[in-house]
Amino acid sequence: MNELAPVSPAKVFMAILLRDVTVARRELPYFLLRTTLQPLMFVIVFGFILPKMGMVASTYGAAMLPGIIALSLALSAVQSVALPMVQDFGFTKEIEDRLLAPVAMQLIAIEKIVAGVIQGIIAALFVLPIARLIMGPIRGLTFANFGLLLAITILGGAAFSALGLFLGTGIAPQQIGLMFSVIVAPMIMFGCAYYPWRGLDAVPVMKYVVLVNPLVYVAEGMRAALTPAVPHMNVYAIVAALLAMTAFFLWVGLRSFAKRAVS
Amino acid sequence: MADAIHTRALRKVYPAPHPKRKRGAPAPPPSGGIVALDALDLDIREGEFFGLLGPNGAGKTTTIGILTTRVNATSGEAIVAGANVTTEPAAVRLRIGVVPQRPNPDRGLSVVENLIFHASYFGVTRAEATKRADALLERLAIADKRDAKVDALSGGQQQRLMIARALSHEPRVIFLDEPTVGLDPQARLALWDILRELHAQGRTIVMTTHYMEEADQLCDRLAIVDQGKLLALDTPSRLKEQAPGDTIIELTFNGDASIVADAARMIAGVSRAEPKGDVLRIFSARAGEVLSPIIAAGEASGRAVRDIHVSGPSLETLFITLTGRKLA
Repeated sequence: MNELAPVSPAKVFMAILLRDVTVARRELPYFLLRTTLQPLMFVIVFGFILPKMGMVASTYGAAMLPGIIALSLALSAVQSVALPMVQDFGFTKEIEDRLLAPVAMQLIAIEKIVAGVIQGIIAALFVLPIARLIMGPIRGLTFANFGLLLAITILGGAAFSALGLFLGTGIAPQQIGLMFSVIVAPMIMFGCAYYPWRGLDAVPVMKYVVLVNPLVYVAEGMRAALTPAVPHMNVYAIVAALLAMTAFFLWVGLRSFAKRAVS
Repeated sequence: MADAIHTRALRKVYPAPHPKRKRGAPAPPPSGGIVALDALDLDIREGEFFGLLGPNGAGKTTTIGILTTRVNATSGEAIVAGANVTTEPAAVRLRIGVVPQRPNPDRGLSVVENLIFHASYFGVTRAEATKRADALLERLAIADKRDAKVDALSGGQQQRLMIARALSHEPRVIFLDEPTVGLDPQARLALWDILRELHAQGRTIVMTTHYMEEADQLCDRLAIVDQGKLLALDTPSRLKEQAPGDTIIELTFNGDASIVADAARMIAGVSRAEPKGDVLRIFSARAGEVLSPIIAAGEASGRAVRDIHVSGPSLETLFITLTGRKLA
Protein backbone atom coordinates (compact mmCIF):
# COMPACT_ATOMS: atom_id res chain seq x y z
CA MET A 1 0.00 0.00 0.00
CA ASN A 2 1.36 3.37 -0.95
CA GLU A 3 1.74 6.01 1.70
CA LEU A 4 -0.83 8.68 1.05
CA ALA A 5 0.49 12.20 0.85
CA PRO A 6 -1.55 14.86 2.63
CA VAL A 7 -4.21 16.31 0.37
CA SER A 8 -4.66 20.05 -0.01
CA PRO A 9 -7.91 21.17 1.63
CA ALA A 10 -8.69 23.30 -1.45
CA LYS A 11 -8.64 20.18 -3.63
CA VAL A 12 -10.95 18.30 -1.26
CA PHE A 13 -13.23 21.32 -1.06
CA MET A 14 -13.51 21.52 -4.85
CA ALA A 15 -14.18 17.77 -5.10
CA ILE A 16 -17.04 18.02 -2.61
CA LEU A 17 -18.38 21.14 -4.32
CA LEU A 18 -18.29 19.28 -7.63
CA ARG A 19 -20.33 16.50 -6.03
CA ASP A 20 -22.99 18.99 -4.91
CA VAL A 21 -23.03 20.70 -8.28
CA THR A 22 -23.41 17.33 -10.05
CA VAL A 23 -26.31 16.31 -7.84
CA ALA A 24 -27.93 19.77 -7.97
CA ARG A 25 -27.77 19.84 -11.77
CA ARG A 26 -29.74 16.59 -11.92
CA GLU A 27 -32.35 17.96 -9.55
CA LEU A 28 -32.52 21.40 -11.15
CA PRO A 29 -36.19 21.27 -12.29
CA TYR A 30 -37.37 20.12 -8.84
CA PHE A 31 -35.12 22.64 -7.18
CA LEU A 32 -36.52 25.51 -9.26
CA LEU A 33 -40.10 24.36 -8.69
CA ARG A 34 -39.51 24.13 -4.96
CA THR A 35 -37.92 27.51 -4.55
CA THR A 36 -39.28 29.79 -7.28
CA LEU A 37 -42.91 28.76 -7.74
CA GLN A 38 -44.09 30.62 -4.65
CA PRO A 39 -42.39 33.94 -5.59
CA LEU A 40 -43.58 33.60 -9.20
CA MET A 41 -47.19 33.02 -8.18
CA PHE A 42 -46.95 36.17 -6.12
CA VAL A 43 -45.67 37.98 -9.19
CA ILE A 44 -48.66 36.77 -11.21
CA VAL A 45 -51.20 37.93 -8.62
CA PHE A 46 -49.64 41.20 -7.45
CA GLY A 47 -47.60 42.10 -10.49
CA PHE A 48 -50.10 41.19 -13.19
CA ILE A 49 -53.67 40.40 -12.11
CA LEU A 50 -54.21 43.07 -9.45
CA PRO A 51 -52.65 45.91 -11.50
CA LYS A 52 -54.86 44.85 -14.44
CA MET A 53 -57.88 45.11 -12.14
CA GLY A 54 -56.64 48.48 -11.06
CA MET A 55 -56.53 47.37 -7.42
CA VAL A 56 -52.79 47.89 -7.11
CA ALA A 57 -50.90 50.91 -8.37
CA SER A 58 -48.75 50.11 -11.37
CA THR A 59 -45.78 51.64 -9.52
CA TYR A 60 -45.98 48.78 -7.02
CA GLY A 61 -43.97 46.59 -9.40
CA ALA A 62 -40.82 48.64 -8.89
CA ALA A 63 -41.00 48.07 -5.13
CA MET A 64 -41.98 44.41 -5.42
CA LEU A 65 -39.67 42.99 -8.08
CA PRO A 66 -36.45 43.41 -6.04
CA GLY A 67 -38.24 41.86 -3.07
CA ILE A 68 -39.25 38.85 -5.17
CA ILE A 69 -35.65 38.38 -6.31
CA ALA A 70 -34.49 38.62 -2.69
CA LEU A 71 -37.12 36.10 -1.64
CA SER A 72 -36.11 33.57 -4.33
CA LEU A 73 -32.47 33.96 -3.37
CA ALA A 74 -33.15 33.56 0.34
CA LEU A 75 -35.61 30.66 0.04
CA SER A 76 -33.38 28.63 -2.26
CA ALA A 77 -30.22 29.29 -0.23
CA VAL A 78 -31.79 28.34 3.09
CA GLN A 79 -33.51 25.26 1.68
CA SER A 80 -30.61 23.93 -0.33
CA VAL A 81 -28.54 23.73 2.85
CA ALA A 82 -31.16 22.93 5.49
CA LEU A 83 -33.10 20.16 3.73
CA PRO A 84 -30.14 17.87 2.91
CA MET A 85 -28.68 18.48 6.38
CA VAL A 86 -31.89 17.41 8.10
CA GLN A 87 -32.04 14.28 5.96
CA ASP A 88 -28.37 13.40 6.14
CA PHE A 89 -27.98 13.79 9.86
CA GLY A 90 -31.50 12.62 10.64
CA PHE A 91 -31.76 9.33 8.83
CA THR A 92 -29.85 8.65 5.61
CA LYS A 93 -26.40 9.41 7.08
CA GLU A 94 -25.28 10.02 3.52
CA ILE A 95 -23.03 12.90 4.50
CA GLU A 96 -20.80 10.50 6.45
CA ASP A 97 -18.64 9.70 3.44
CA ARG A 98 -17.77 13.40 3.26
CA LEU A 99 -17.23 13.63 7.00
CA LEU A 100 -14.53 10.98 6.50
CA ALA A 101 -12.66 13.21 4.03
CA PRO A 102 -9.17 14.10 5.22
CA VAL A 103 -9.89 17.76 6.01
CA ALA A 104 -11.19 19.73 8.97
CA MET A 105 -14.90 18.95 9.29
CA GLN A 106 -15.83 22.66 9.28
CA LEU A 107 -14.74 22.74 5.66
CA ILE A 108 -17.58 20.35 4.79
CA ALA A 109 -20.04 22.83 6.31
CA ILE A 110 -18.43 25.80 4.54
CA GLU A 111 -18.71 23.92 1.25
CA LYS A 112 -22.44 23.45 1.85
CA ILE A 113 -22.77 27.20 2.35
CA VAL A 114 -20.91 27.97 -0.87
CA ALA A 115 -23.13 25.49 -2.72
CA GLY A 116 -26.14 27.21 -1.13
CA VAL A 117 -25.00 30.62 -2.38
CA ILE A 118 -24.58 29.23 -5.90
CA GLN A 119 -28.07 27.74 -5.84
CA GLY A 120 -29.49 30.99 -4.51
CA ILE A 121 -27.93 32.91 -7.39
CA ILE A 122 -29.32 30.42 -9.90
CA ALA A 123 -32.83 30.78 -8.46
CA ALA A 124 -32.59 34.58 -8.53
CA LEU A 125 -31.31 34.56 -12.12
CA PHE A 126 -34.18 32.28 -13.07
CA VAL A 127 -36.88 34.39 -11.47
CA LEU A 128 -35.69 37.81 -12.64
CA PRO A 129 -36.46 37.52 -16.39
CA ILE A 130 -39.69 35.59 -15.84
CA ALA A 131 -40.96 38.15 -13.33
CA ARG A 132 -40.01 40.98 -15.66
CA LEU A 133 -41.88 39.24 -18.48
CA ILE A 134 -45.03 38.77 -16.42
CA MET A 135 -45.03 42.26 -14.97
CA GLY A 136 -44.16 44.16 -18.13
CA PRO A 137 -41.91 47.24 -18.11
CA ILE A 138 -40.85 48.32 -14.63
CA ARG A 139 -40.18 51.99 -14.09
CA GLY A 140 -36.67 52.70 -12.81
CA LEU A 141 -35.33 49.13 -13.18
CA THR A 142 -31.59 49.33 -13.76
CA PHE A 143 -28.62 46.98 -13.86
CA ALA A 144 -26.13 49.83 -13.61
CA ASN A 145 -25.32 49.08 -9.96
CA PHE A 146 -23.86 45.71 -10.80
CA GLY A 147 -21.23 45.74 -8.05
CA LEU A 148 -23.84 46.35 -5.37
CA LEU A 149 -26.16 43.78 -6.92
CA LEU A 150 -23.39 41.16 -6.82
CA ALA A 151 -22.43 42.04 -3.24
CA ILE A 152 -26.03 41.83 -2.00
CA THR A 153 -26.58 38.55 -3.86
CA ILE A 154 -23.50 36.91 -2.38
CA LEU A 155 -23.97 38.31 1.12
CA GLY A 156 -27.67 37.52 1.14
CA GLY A 157 -27.03 34.02 -0.16
CA ALA A 158 -24.33 33.50 2.47
CA ALA A 159 -26.53 34.75 5.32
CA PHE A 160 -29.38 32.44 4.34
CA SER A 161 -27.14 29.44 3.61
CA ALA A 162 -25.56 29.86 7.03
CA LEU A 163 -29.03 30.12 8.55
CA GLY A 164 -29.85 26.92 6.67
CA LEU A 165 -26.85 25.23 8.23
CA PHE A 166 -28.03 26.22 11.68
CA LEU A 167 -31.64 25.16 11.05
CA GLY A 168 -30.66 21.98 9.25
CA THR A 169 -28.36 20.75 11.99
CA GLY A 170 -30.43 22.00 14.89
CA ILE A 171 -33.86 20.73 13.93
CA ALA A 172 -35.15 17.18 14.27
CA PRO A 173 -36.47 15.67 11.02
CA GLN A 174 -39.97 15.42 12.50
CA GLN A 175 -40.03 19.19 12.98
CA ILE A 176 -39.14 20.21 9.44
CA GLY A 177 -42.75 21.18 8.72
CA LEU A 178 -42.75 23.29 11.84
CA MET A 179 -39.61 25.05 10.63
CA PHE A 180 -41.43 26.24 7.54
CA SER A 181 -44.59 27.39 9.26
CA VAL A 182 -42.96 28.97 12.32
CA ILE A 183 -39.69 30.34 10.97
CA VAL A 184 -39.73 30.55 7.18
CA ALA A 185 -43.31 31.70 6.57
CA PRO A 186 -43.20 34.67 9.02
CA MET A 187 -39.78 35.53 7.64
CA ILE A 188 -41.28 35.77 4.16
CA MET A 189 -44.32 37.81 5.22
CA PHE A 190 -42.39 40.20 7.47
CA GLY A 191 -39.27 40.39 5.34
CA CYS A 192 -40.11 43.53 3.36
CA ALA A 193 -40.13 41.37 0.23
CA TYR A 194 -43.65 42.44 -0.76
CA TYR A 195 -43.40 46.03 0.46
CA PRO A 196 -40.50 48.46 0.96
CA TRP A 197 -39.15 48.98 4.44
CA ARG A 198 -39.61 52.76 4.13
CA GLY A 199 -43.30 52.10 3.61
CA LEU A 200 -43.43 50.80 7.19
CA ASP A 201 -43.18 54.41 8.36
CA ALA A 202 -46.93 53.98 8.46
CA VAL A 203 -46.54 51.20 11.10
CA PRO A 204 -43.60 52.38 13.25
CA VAL A 205 -43.54 49.36 15.61
CA MET A 206 -43.29 46.96 12.69
CA LYS A 207 -40.59 49.09 11.15
CA TYR A 208 -38.23 48.28 14.00
CA VAL A 209 -39.42 44.76 14.86
CA VAL A 210 -38.71 43.50 11.34
CA LEU A 211 -35.07 44.55 11.64
CA VAL A 212 -34.27 41.16 13.25
CA ASN A 213 -35.32 39.53 9.98
CA PRO A 214 -32.38 39.00 7.61
CA LEU A 215 -34.68 39.01 4.58
CA VAL A 216 -35.34 42.73 5.17
CA TYR A 217 -31.74 43.55 4.34
CA VAL A 218 -31.60 41.35 1.24
CA ALA A 219 -34.84 42.87 -0.08
CA GLU A 220 -33.76 46.43 0.70
CA GLY A 221 -30.33 45.73 -0.79
CA MET A 222 -31.97 44.49 -3.98
CA ARG A 223 -34.08 47.67 -4.09
CA ALA A 224 -30.98 49.81 -3.65
CA ALA A 225 -29.33 47.96 -6.53
CA LEU A 226 -32.20 47.30 -8.97
CA THR A 227 -34.72 50.10 -8.40
CA PRO A 228 -32.77 52.81 -6.53
CA ALA A 229 -35.56 55.33 -7.09
CA VAL A 230 -37.78 53.43 -4.64
CA PRO A 231 -37.01 54.77 -1.14
CA HIS A 232 -34.80 52.20 0.60
CA MET A 233 -32.58 51.67 3.61
CA ASN A 234 -29.07 53.08 3.70
CA VAL A 235 -26.72 50.85 1.70
CA TYR A 236 -23.98 50.82 4.35
CA ALA A 237 -26.48 49.77 7.00
CA ILE A 238 -27.69 46.98 4.70
CA VAL A 239 -24.20 45.64 4.04
CA ALA A 240 -23.18 45.92 7.70
CA ALA A 241 -26.32 44.11 8.85
CA LEU A 242 -25.86 41.32 6.29
CA LEU A 243 -22.22 40.89 7.29
CA ALA A 244 -23.14 40.73 10.97
CA MET A 245 -25.98 38.27 10.38
CA THR A 246 -23.85 36.05 8.17
CA ALA A 247 -21.15 35.97 10.85
CA PHE A 248 -23.68 35.16 13.56
CA PHE A 249 -25.45 32.39 11.63
CA LEU A 250 -22.09 30.97 10.58
CA TRP A 251 -20.95 30.86 14.17
CA VAL A 252 -24.05 29.14 15.55
CA GLY A 253 -24.35 26.98 12.43
CA LEU A 254 -20.79 25.66 12.63
CA ARG A 255 -21.19 24.92 16.33
CA SER A 256 -24.39 23.04 15.69
CA PHE A 257 -22.81 21.19 12.75
CA ALA A 258 -19.82 20.12 14.84
CA LYS A 259 -22.16 18.72 17.48
CA ARG A 260 -23.90 16.58 14.90
CA ALA A 261 -20.73 15.51 13.07
CA VAL A 262 -18.74 14.37 16.10
CA SER A 263 -20.35 13.02 19.25
CA MET B 1 5.89 -5.06 13.31
CA ALA B 2 4.61 -1.59 14.06
CA ASP B 3 1.25 -1.03 15.66
CA ALA B 4 -1.52 0.04 13.35
CA ILE B 5 -3.66 1.03 16.29
CA HIS B 6 -2.66 1.86 19.80
CA THR B 7 -4.98 2.99 22.54
CA ARG B 8 -4.31 3.73 26.18
CA ALA B 9 -6.92 4.21 28.88
CA LEU B 10 -9.49 5.17 26.27
CA ARG B 11 -12.68 6.27 27.94
CA LYS B 12 -15.97 7.63 26.67
CA VAL B 13 -18.73 8.93 28.87
CA TYR B 14 -21.90 10.12 27.18
CA PRO B 15 -23.84 12.73 29.10
CA ALA B 16 -26.82 11.16 30.83
CA PRO B 17 -30.11 12.27 29.37
CA HIS B 18 -31.47 14.82 31.83
CA PRO B 19 -35.03 14.09 32.80
CA LYS B 20 -37.34 17.07 32.40
CA ARG B 21 -37.70 18.72 35.73
CA LYS B 22 -40.61 20.72 37.02
CA ARG B 23 -40.04 24.37 37.77
CA GLY B 24 -38.95 24.76 41.36
CA ALA B 25 -38.17 21.09 41.84
CA PRO B 26 -34.79 20.39 43.42
CA ALA B 27 -31.90 19.78 41.06
CA PRO B 28 -31.22 16.09 40.48
CA PRO B 29 -28.03 14.71 42.03
CA PRO B 30 -25.06 15.13 39.66
CA SER B 31 -24.89 12.09 37.46
CA GLY B 32 -21.70 10.67 36.03
CA GLY B 33 -23.24 10.01 32.63
CA ILE B 34 -23.24 6.78 30.71
CA VAL B 35 -19.88 5.07 30.50
CA ALA B 36 -19.71 3.55 27.03
CA LEU B 37 -16.01 2.75 27.15
CA ASP B 38 -13.89 2.32 30.23
CA ALA B 39 -10.08 2.39 30.14
CA LEU B 40 -9.59 0.50 26.90
CA ASP B 41 -6.02 -0.52 26.06
CA LEU B 42 -5.57 -2.02 22.61
CA ASP B 43 -2.54 -2.68 20.44
CA ILE B 44 -3.43 -3.85 16.97
CA ARG B 45 -0.54 -4.82 14.74
CA GLU B 46 -0.02 -3.77 11.15
CA GLY B 47 -1.63 -6.32 8.83
CA GLU B 48 -3.68 -7.91 11.55
CA PHE B 49 -7.32 -8.99 11.24
CA PHE B 50 -8.65 -7.89 14.57
CA GLY B 51 -12.09 -8.57 15.95
CA LEU B 52 -14.06 -6.75 18.60
CA LEU B 53 -16.59 -9.20 19.92
CA GLY B 54 -19.38 -8.27 22.26
CA PRO B 55 -23.12 -7.98 22.67
CA ASN B 56 -25.05 -4.87 21.64
CA GLY B 57 -24.15 -1.97 23.89
CA ALA B 58 -20.73 -3.41 24.72
CA GLY B 59 -18.92 -0.31 23.44
CA LYS B 60 -17.83 -1.72 20.09
CA THR B 61 -19.38 1.00 17.97
CA THR B 62 -18.10 3.69 20.34
CA THR B 63 -14.60 2.24 19.99
CA ILE B 64 -14.85 2.29 16.19
CA GLY B 65 -16.32 5.80 16.42
CA ILE B 66 -13.32 7.10 18.36
CA LEU B 67 -10.79 5.33 16.13
CA THR B 68 -12.46 6.75 13.00
CA THR B 69 -12.57 10.31 14.50
CA ARG B 70 -16.37 10.48 14.67
CA VAL B 71 -16.58 10.27 18.44
CA ASN B 72 -14.51 12.38 20.81
CA ALA B 73 -12.94 10.33 23.59
CA THR B 74 -13.59 11.70 27.08
CA SER B 75 -10.04 10.80 28.07
CA GLY B 76 -7.18 8.57 27.06
CA GLU B 77 -5.16 8.33 23.88
CA ALA B 78 -5.65 6.68 20.52
CA ILE B 79 -3.15 6.48 17.66
CA VAL B 80 -4.36 5.14 14.31
CA ALA B 81 -1.90 4.51 11.47
CA GLY B 82 0.61 6.76 13.20
CA ALA B 83 -1.71 9.74 13.74
CA ASN B 84 -3.46 10.87 16.89
CA VAL B 85 -7.26 10.82 16.56
CA THR B 86 -7.71 13.88 18.77
CA THR B 87 -4.98 16.17 17.47
CA GLU B 88 -4.62 15.00 13.85
CA PRO B 89 -8.05 13.71 12.83
CA ALA B 90 -7.62 14.65 9.15
CA ALA B 91 -4.37 12.64 8.98
CA VAL B 92 -6.17 9.66 10.53
CA ARG B 93 -9.04 9.95 8.05
CA LEU B 94 -6.57 9.98 5.16
CA ARG B 95 -5.30 6.54 6.15
CA ILE B 96 -8.49 4.72 7.09
CA GLY B 97 -11.49 3.29 5.29
CA VAL B 98 -14.77 2.83 7.10
CA VAL B 99 -17.60 0.43 6.35
CA PRO B 100 -20.58 1.58 8.40
CA GLN B 101 -23.05 -0.62 10.23
CA ARG B 102 -25.84 0.38 7.87
CA PRO B 103 -25.00 1.15 4.23
CA ASN B 104 -25.13 4.91 3.64
CA PRO B 105 -24.34 5.31 -0.06
CA ASP B 106 -24.70 8.72 -1.66
CA ARG B 107 -28.15 8.37 -3.27
CA GLY B 108 -27.71 11.39 -5.48
CA LEU B 109 -24.98 9.53 -7.35
CA SER B 110 -24.78 6.31 -9.35
CA VAL B 111 -22.89 3.25 -8.12
CA VAL B 112 -19.65 4.05 -9.91
CA GLU B 113 -19.92 7.76 -9.06
CA ASN B 114 -20.10 6.84 -5.39
CA LEU B 115 -16.62 5.38 -5.73
CA ILE B 116 -15.18 8.06 -8.02
CA PHE B 117 -16.36 10.97 -5.90
CA HIS B 118 -15.32 9.34 -2.66
CA ALA B 119 -11.80 8.83 -4.00
CA SER B 120 -11.76 12.45 -5.19
CA TYR B 121 -12.42 13.59 -1.60
CA PHE B 122 -9.03 12.02 -0.88
CA GLY B 123 -7.27 13.85 -3.67
CA VAL B 124 -7.29 10.96 -6.17
CA THR B 125 -7.48 12.26 -9.74
CA ARG B 126 -10.62 11.50 -11.72
CA ALA B 127 -8.84 9.23 -14.22
CA GLU B 128 -7.18 7.20 -11.48
CA ALA B 129 -10.39 7.13 -9.42
CA THR B 130 -12.37 5.80 -12.39
CA LYS B 131 -9.80 3.09 -13.01
CA ARG B 132 -9.87 2.05 -9.37
CA ALA B 133 -13.66 2.18 -9.23
CA ASP B 134 -14.05 -0.18 -12.17
CA ALA B 135 -11.49 -2.60 -10.71
CA LEU B 136 -13.25 -2.56 -7.33
CA LEU B 137 -16.70 -3.08 -8.84
CA GLU B 138 -15.29 -6.04 -10.75
CA ARG B 139 -13.66 -7.53 -7.69
CA LEU B 140 -16.74 -7.11 -5.54
CA ALA B 141 -18.96 -8.57 -8.26
CA ILE B 142 -21.18 -5.52 -8.76
CA ALA B 143 -19.69 -4.39 -12.08
CA ASP B 144 -23.03 -5.07 -13.80
CA LYS B 145 -24.58 -2.36 -11.60
CA ARG B 146 -21.89 0.18 -12.50
CA ASP B 147 -24.22 2.91 -13.76
CA ALA B 148 -27.30 1.94 -11.76
CA LYS B 149 -28.80 4.05 -9.00
CA VAL B 150 -27.76 2.78 -5.59
CA ASP B 151 -31.39 2.07 -4.77
CA ALA B 152 -31.30 -0.65 -7.40
CA LEU B 153 -28.81 -2.63 -5.31
CA SER B 154 -29.78 -5.37 -2.86
CA GLY B 155 -28.69 -5.14 0.78
CA GLY B 156 -25.70 -7.38 0.17
CA GLN B 157 -24.70 -5.42 -2.93
CA GLN B 158 -24.96 -2.14 -1.03
CA GLN B 159 -22.73 -3.57 1.67
CA ARG B 160 -20.19 -4.54 -0.99
CA LEU B 161 -20.42 -1.04 -2.45
CA MET B 162 -19.59 0.29 1.01
CA ILE B 163 -16.52 -1.96 1.11
CA ALA B 164 -15.50 -0.81 -2.36
CA ARG B 165 -15.94 2.80 -1.24
CA ALA B 166 -13.83 2.22 1.86
CA LEU B 167 -11.08 0.85 -0.38
CA SER B 168 -11.29 3.48 -3.11
CA HIS B 169 -8.60 5.68 -1.54
CA GLU B 170 -6.39 2.68 -0.65
CA PRO B 171 -6.38 3.09 3.12
CA ARG B 172 -3.97 1.29 5.41
CA VAL B 173 -6.57 0.39 8.01
CA ILE B 174 -10.13 -0.70 7.31
CA PHE B 175 -12.86 -0.56 9.91
CA LEU B 176 -15.98 -2.63 9.54
CA ASP B 177 -18.81 -2.19 12.01
CA GLU B 178 -20.99 -5.32 12.10
CA PRO B 179 -20.60 -5.78 8.35
CA THR B 180 -22.74 -8.89 8.04
CA VAL B 181 -25.76 -7.87 10.08
CA GLY B 182 -28.87 -8.19 7.95
CA LEU B 183 -27.20 -10.22 5.20
CA ASP B 184 -28.49 -13.59 4.12
CA PRO B 185 -26.14 -16.56 4.73
CA GLN B 186 -24.94 -16.65 1.14
CA ALA B 187 -24.10 -12.94 1.08
CA ARG B 188 -22.39 -13.33 4.44
CA LEU B 189 -20.11 -16.09 3.14
CA ALA B 190 -19.34 -14.03 0.04
CA LEU B 191 -18.38 -11.12 2.28
CA TRP B 192 -16.13 -13.37 4.35
CA ASP B 193 -14.23 -14.30 1.19
CA ILE B 194 -13.75 -10.64 0.33
CA LEU B 195 -12.51 -9.86 3.83
CA ARG B 196 -10.07 -12.78 3.72
CA GLU B 197 -8.74 -11.48 0.43
CA LEU B 198 -8.23 -7.96 1.84
CA HIS B 199 -6.43 -9.46 4.80
CA ALA B 200 -4.22 -11.51 2.50
CA GLN B 201 -3.19 -8.26 0.80
CA GLY B 202 -1.69 -7.14 4.08
CA ARG B 203 -4.26 -4.58 5.14
CA THR B 204 -5.08 -4.06 8.76
CA ILE B 205 -8.71 -4.90 9.37
CA VAL B 206 -10.68 -4.05 12.47
CA MET B 207 -14.13 -5.58 12.59
CA THR B 208 -16.84 -5.59 15.20
CA THR B 209 -19.27 -8.43 15.35
CA HIS B 210 -21.57 -10.23 17.68
CA TYR B 211 -21.35 -13.44 15.70
CA MET B 212 -18.99 -15.94 17.38
CA GLU B 213 -18.50 -17.97 14.25
CA GLU B 214 -17.55 -14.93 12.21
CA ALA B 215 -14.98 -13.83 14.76
CA ASP B 216 -13.61 -17.36 15.06
CA GLN B 217 -13.35 -17.86 11.31
CA LEU B 218 -11.84 -14.55 10.27
CA CYS B 219 -9.87 -12.91 13.02
CA ASP B 220 -6.19 -13.29 13.94
CA ARG B 221 -6.94 -11.94 17.36
CA LEU B 222 -10.09 -11.14 19.23
CA ALA B 223 -10.97 -8.73 21.98
CA ILE B 224 -14.01 -9.68 24.00
CA VAL B 225 -15.65 -6.54 25.31
CA ASP B 226 -18.68 -5.99 27.44
CA GLN B 227 -20.05 -2.88 29.13
CA GLY B 228 -17.13 -0.83 27.89
CA LYS B 229 -14.48 -3.11 29.35
CA LEU B 230 -11.96 -5.42 27.73
CA LEU B 231 -12.53 -8.87 29.20
CA ALA B 232 -10.15 -11.03 27.17
CA LEU B 233 -7.79 -10.62 24.25
CA ASP B 234 -6.09 -13.42 22.36
CA THR B 235 -6.18 -15.56 19.24
CA PRO B 236 -9.47 -17.42 18.77
CA SER B 237 -7.82 -20.78 19.39
CA ARG B 238 -6.15 -19.69 22.62
CA LEU B 239 -9.35 -18.06 23.79
CA LYS B 240 -11.12 -21.35 23.19
CA GLU B 241 -8.49 -23.09 25.31
CA GLN B 242 -9.27 -20.63 28.08
CA ALA B 243 -12.92 -21.56 27.88
CA PRO B 244 -13.90 -23.57 30.94
CA GLY B 245 -13.91 -27.29 30.31
CA ASP B 246 -17.54 -27.21 31.25
CA THR B 247 -20.35 -27.59 28.82
CA ILE B 248 -23.17 -25.15 29.35
CA ILE B 249 -26.69 -26.55 29.44
CA GLU B 250 -29.55 -24.12 29.36
CA LEU B 251 -32.91 -25.49 30.39
CA THR B 252 -36.04 -23.44 29.95
CA PHE B 253 -38.80 -24.39 32.37
CA ASN B 254 -42.48 -23.58 32.36
CA GLY B 255 -42.01 -21.28 35.33
CA ASP B 256 -39.47 -19.73 37.67
CA ALA B 257 -36.29 -21.83 37.50
CA SER B 258 -34.82 -20.75 40.84
CA ILE B 259 -36.64 -23.49 42.77
CA VAL B 260 -34.87 -26.09 40.62
CA ALA B 261 -31.41 -24.54 41.11
CA ASP B 262 -30.78 -25.81 44.67
CA ALA B 263 -31.71 -29.34 43.76
CA ALA B 264 -29.56 -29.16 40.65
CA ARG B 265 -26.51 -28.05 42.67
CA MET B 266 -26.76 -31.30 44.72
CA ILE B 267 -26.39 -33.42 41.60
CA ALA B 268 -22.93 -34.93 41.16
CA GLY B 269 -21.16 -33.44 38.15
CA VAL B 270 -22.87 -30.06 38.25
CA SER B 271 -20.24 -27.39 38.94
CA ARG B 272 -22.56 -24.39 38.82
CA ALA B 273 -26.26 -23.71 38.49
CA GLU B 274 -27.53 -20.22 37.74
CA PRO B 275 -31.25 -19.52 37.52
CA LYS B 276 -32.44 -16.52 35.55
CA GLY B 277 -36.18 -16.23 35.16
CA ASP B 278 -37.45 -19.40 33.59
CA VAL B 279 -33.98 -20.40 32.44
CA LEU B 280 -31.57 -22.50 34.45
CA ARG B 281 -27.96 -22.41 33.28
CA ILE B 282 -25.92 -25.46 34.30
CA PHE B 283 -22.12 -25.67 34.01
CA SER B 284 -20.92 -29.24 33.93
CA ALA B 285 -18.02 -31.30 32.62
CA ARG B 286 -20.33 -34.31 32.26
CA ALA B 287 -23.32 -32.97 30.40
CA GLY B 288 -24.62 -36.35 29.32
CA GLU B 289 -24.76 -37.66 32.89
CA VAL B 290 -26.35 -34.69 34.62
CA LEU B 291 -29.09 -33.91 32.17
CA SER B 292 -31.68 -36.48 33.17
CA PRO B 293 -31.24 -35.96 36.97
CA ILE B 294 -31.80 -32.23 36.42
CA ILE B 295 -34.96 -32.84 34.43
CA ALA B 296 -36.12 -35.20 37.19
CA ALA B 297 -35.30 -32.56 39.84
CA GLY B 298 -37.33 -30.06 37.88
CA GLU B 299 -40.30 -32.37 37.71
CA ALA B 300 -40.03 -33.04 41.44
CA SER B 301 -40.35 -29.26 41.97
CA GLY B 302 -43.34 -29.14 39.65
CA ARG B 303 -41.51 -27.69 36.66
CA ALA B 304 -41.58 -29.15 33.17
CA VAL B 305 -38.77 -28.55 30.68
CA ARG B 306 -39.74 -26.55 27.62
CA ASP B 307 -36.39 -26.28 25.85
CA ILE B 308 -32.83 -27.48 26.23
CA HIS B 309 -29.76 -25.89 24.69
CA VAL B 310 -26.33 -27.50 25.05
CA SER B 311 -23.10 -25.74 24.04
CA GLY B 312 -19.67 -27.36 24.28
CA PRO B 313 -16.53 -25.49 25.30
CA SER B 314 -16.29 -22.69 22.77
CA LEU B 315 -15.93 -18.94 22.44
CA GLU B 316 -19.56 -18.81 23.33
CA THR B 317 -19.16 -20.63 26.65
CA LEU B 318 -16.11 -18.48 27.40
CA PHE B 319 -18.17 -15.42 26.69
CA ILE B 320 -20.99 -16.55 28.94
CA THR B 321 -18.50 -17.35 31.70
CA LEU B 322 -16.85 -13.94 31.38
CA THR B 323 -19.94 -11.80 31.09
CA GLY B 324 -22.77 -13.88 32.49
CA ARG B 325 -24.63 -13.02 29.30
CA LYS B 326 -25.28 -14.60 26.00
CA LEU B 327 -23.87 -12.85 22.98
CA ALA B 328 -26.73 -12.54 20.60
